[in-house]
Amino acid sequence: MKRFELRDTPIDAAAERAGLEHPAAGGCVTFEGWVRNHNEARAVTRLDYQAYGALADNEGEVILDEACKTFALRAARCVHRVGALAIGDMAVWVGVSADHRDVAFAACRWIIDEVKRRVPIWKNEHYADGESGWLHPSQ
Amino acid sequence: MTYKLLYFASLADRAGRAEELRDTNARNPRDLYDEVAREHAFAFAPERVRVAVNGAMVGWEHALADGDEVVFLPPVSGG
Repeated sequence: MKRFELRDTPIDAAAERAGLEHPAAGGCVTFEGWVRNHNEARAVTRLDYQAYGALADNEGEVILDEACKTFALRAARCVHRVGALAIGDMAVWVGVSADHRDVAFAACRWIIDEVKRRVPIWKNEHYADGESGWLHPSQ
Repeated sequence: MTYKLLYFASLADRAGRAEELRDTNARNPRDLYDEVAREHAFAFAPERVRVAVNGAMVGWEHALADGDEVVFLPPVSGG
């Protein structure tokens, strides 16, 4: 089953959560990344996400596979938006379920960190002063 | 040989295009990046760039084949 997905329509967190359910799971941990109205002291009005789709799909699946091998999970999923987003929109959703909470918290944190570090997706921020810029963080 | 290059984010802005067909003597990603980075004035040193060929990550010395799809990936900013 596909566990990582790029999507050009809004993410429905409640619908995604249903994909984590498992009779042996004692709970789930989810992370929602939202579009915020500022970055490094500049006012942000909206942003665009661009992805190298084929590779992003592969890399996202690899990360979730690694998470399932590293942590004792019952389910792990991630959805990332592409296209134009407004302030407050959900940009990314990560969810895991596990028998115990320690594993679930650690795995969810690990997945979002790896997605941000590895998956070929780029953010173009549009600023209140009319400028825009692609973000290419050095870390 | 001829390669299909795809550009993303600021590299697409610098190159003024999202893709190009390039006839070149370069036989590996390192030489190809040298060539296009000079031509399009890319700001990133190779140390900050990753390479994908035909949808899979490869090293800088990977042997390219005619018709390969080559993508130079600048630092990512998803999430």
